[in-house]
Amino acid sequence: MKNLSRLWSNTAVRIGLSVFVLLIGLGTCAPWLGTVDPAAMDSSFISVAPGVAGEMTLPDGTEKQHTFWMGSDNFGRDIWSRVLYGTRVSLAVGMTTALLALSTGALLGLLAGYFRLVDALLMRLMDGLMAIPPVLLAIALVAALGARFGTVVLAIAVPEIPRVTRLVRALVLTLREEPFVEAARALATPPALILWRHILPNALAPLIVQGTFVAASAVLTEAILSFLGLGLPADIPTWGNIMAEGRIQFTQHPSNVLFPALFLVPAILAINLLGDGLRDELDPKFSKRT
Amino acid sequence: MAGPILEIERLRIALPAHGDREFAVDEVSLTIHAGHTLCVVGESGSGKSVLAMTVMGLLGRGLTPLAGRIRLGDSILLEEGRRLRESQWRALRGVQMGMVFQEPTTALNPVLSCGEQVDELLRAHTGWGRKERQSRVLETFSQVLLPNPDRIYQTYPHQLSGGQRQRVVIAMAMILKPALLICDEPTTALDVTTQAEILRLIARLQADEGSAVLFITHDMGVVAEIAHEVLVMHEGRSVEQGKAASVLGEPREAYTRMLLASIPSMVPPPPRARPGGTQAPILRALGVSKTYGERGWRQRHGAKAALSEASLAVWPGETVGVVGESGSGKSTLARCLIRLIEPSAGAIHWGETAVEGLSEARLRPLRSKVQIVFQDPNRSLNPRYPVGKSLIEGAINFGANAQDAHALALELMDRVRLPRVALGRYPHQFSGGQRQRLAIARALACRPEVLIADEAVSALDVSIQAQILDLLRELQDELGVALLFITHDLRVAAQLCDRVVVMEAGKIIEEGPTGELFRNPQRDYTRRLLAAAPSLDRLRESAHVGLLETDPAAPLFLGDSSPCAS
Repeated sequence: MKNLSRLWSNTAVRIGLSVFVLLIGLGTCAPWLGTVDPAAMDSSFISVAPGVAGEMTLPDGTEKQHTFWMGSDNFGRDIWSRVLYGTRVSLAVGMTTALLALSTGALLGLLAGYFRLVDALLMRLMDGLMAIPPVLLAIALVAALGARFGTVVLAIAVPEIPRVTRLVRALVLTLREEPFVEAARALATPPALILWRHILPNALAPLIVQGTFVAASAVLTEAILSFLGLGLPADIPTWGNIMAEGRIQFTQHPSNVLFPALFLVPAILAINLLGDGLRDELDPKFSKRT
Repeated sequence: MAGPILEIERLRIALPAHGDREFAVDEVSLTIHAGHTLCVVGESGSGKSVLAMTVMGLLGRGLTPLAGRIRLGDSILLEEGRRLRESQWRALRGVQMGMVFQEPTTALNPVLSCGEQVDELLRAHTGWGRKERQSRVLETFSQVLLPNPDRIYQTYPHQLSGGQRQRVVIAMAMILKPALLICDEPTTALDVTTQAEILRLIARLQADEGSAVLFITHDMGVVAEIAHEVLVMHEGRSVEQGKAASVLGEPREAYTRMLLASIPSMVPPPPRARPGGTQAPILRALGVSKTYGERGWRQRHGAKAALSEASLAVWPGETVGVVGESGSGKSTLARCLIRLIEPSAGAIHWGETAVEGLSEARLRPLRSKVQIVFQDPNRSLNPRYPVGKSLIEGAINFGANAQDAHALALELMDRVRLPRVALGRYPHQFSGGQRQRLAIARALACRPEVLIADEAVSALDVSIQAQILDLLRELQDELGVALLFITHDLRVAAQLCDRVVVMEAGKIIEEGPTGELFRNPQRDYTRRLLAAAPSLDRLRESAHVGLLETDPAAPLFLGDSSPCAS
């Protein structure tokens, strides 16, 4: 409890977390925030300006009084609805990717840091992975595996894994020399328990910090992939998809790109801010604890 | 110069809110005259370093001077909470006051050569030309008795020994002949023999330059060696203040007496009746070596022996001391004996079983026999694991069930005299001494036959150190566990150990019963170690001259013959 209140007292954590929670809230409450089905098209509302209102025909044939707060795209879909539902997908991609990259990277890093033989093999593999440009690797993976939620997450996570692995490995290399770890060895604690009980908890703080940066970059990479037409299928709204479709009409209707960007930019900023704040509070090098 | 060089009046410095006390330094006054050394002595957290930092103008954030006045020569550094401007302070540092820090390794910049670092100071504070500066640096290097100043000038800090590095730091502090030299634990990180040399050097420079010295230390032995006057601090307050001879000789305050009583004497107690005798040793090393080397693709080259051909045996119930300077291979020996590292050669027996070359998995069932306690209490317990669970980790690993383990944890807490309710707490909620008690309890939990204590009391304050030593003695009497006690502090070894093994450069060079070895050392190295250990006995026996007499070439300074005796 005391630790949590200490975290909350950091301004960067407070701002970052607030914006992040607000975005999650917007995404979760999308159905009740004046939205319609994000896939619903109405040919009578093609590329209308932000603020236009009228009776919109939904796919099931019913009519609904609807205000296009952010205008509509060239298929007559409501941008506001698409951006809000897109928030769900974009943030989900970010968090799932972070979780996948962290857990895999942590596992590999623990093994590499503690067992010499694994280290030699694993780290060469990671070096190889790191030599490939991340977006290129992601494109190749999506191209090979097909564009689904799972594969997109995997494609974005894989290039991040070597970075997490290296971080954890470096932490393990220092932690394994700590007297409390050596004492555990002297007490006959088996390696798996040493890693789980003594090393991992002490590596967690930097790992969480790294996680926020992975999440931020994942949201961005997903947008880039979608923008290049290699992300999730076009019928699933994500911030990147909406911008990609808006790009065609950018000069006439810049709002189609600007509104999702208005969500994307603060989201990235907030997650990075949260990470910076957490690092200041959690990372021992910056710790002000006595 | 008339009047004191440094004058501090009723200095009060606030700690950040919610600390364990309100003031870091509370109403402390002191004066130091030219040519005099004032030792500020106290345990950790007494505020003695804050005092030094305040004078240097290097107070950390959160520490605010509230009241008091500091005068250095003609400058008022601090008056009623108003500090000198940073630029003015900078002009004084190095010129009017020099500082020697505890850890010479971090006090020097690793990417600049020693000469460049000292030169930087001259460039900042003098308008001298390059040639002039260089000759002054070389002159100062030879003044601090660095061998081959020309080479040291080009050398980087990591290429020097700890003592040499500290000499470079001293050169930097003294090169502009400041009126005040502040030394903050300058010898704590050094070996005893090096410590003696550095203390002698500081005394000699002071005599030559007539500077005032503010010397911060926790070691009463060092105080006895070097101080003219003493200020004893406890929790930010001045407990006792006065001439060294009177404070150390006839202390008035109970706290001072307690500090003095906690210092182990160099005179070993009479040997105790050794248990066993005919039994087999429970820990044995035969010709154990450990070689480190840069590993090439196919073979090792540039191999360096950290330990060569060490043989030793520990019998049940006895205490064996391993003493030597840092780098003598004591810790390497300990870590080989407990098989945290694998020896390159030689045999190690735990009881009857040979354990060298056994795999980690094969070792695990045997590990309950030998346990270890490390030096740094802050790092020997997992900070994210409740201490109660840490304590019983060993017992659980050796098959105890949860109920027995809990009972054991309670018993252990009683044994090391910590409250039972503290079992659920985390290590940071304990003090250093308490943490060391926990580490001992954890090691005892799996009923070892040998407990290796690797500098287990070296990081503790003397009063805490005395308590831990008492605890170890008592536990040994009750449990009959043998102790292998590794220390650089001969005073501790003298008090605790039945036998002492002396190590130098990875080799065991001498061993014998403690009393005999201390009375009649056979090797020069042992004699030097014994002579260098700072001790109160010396003050009591020969009033202050023991250390300085050992080098007739060095100009002496003596407490009673110094100028300005007030």
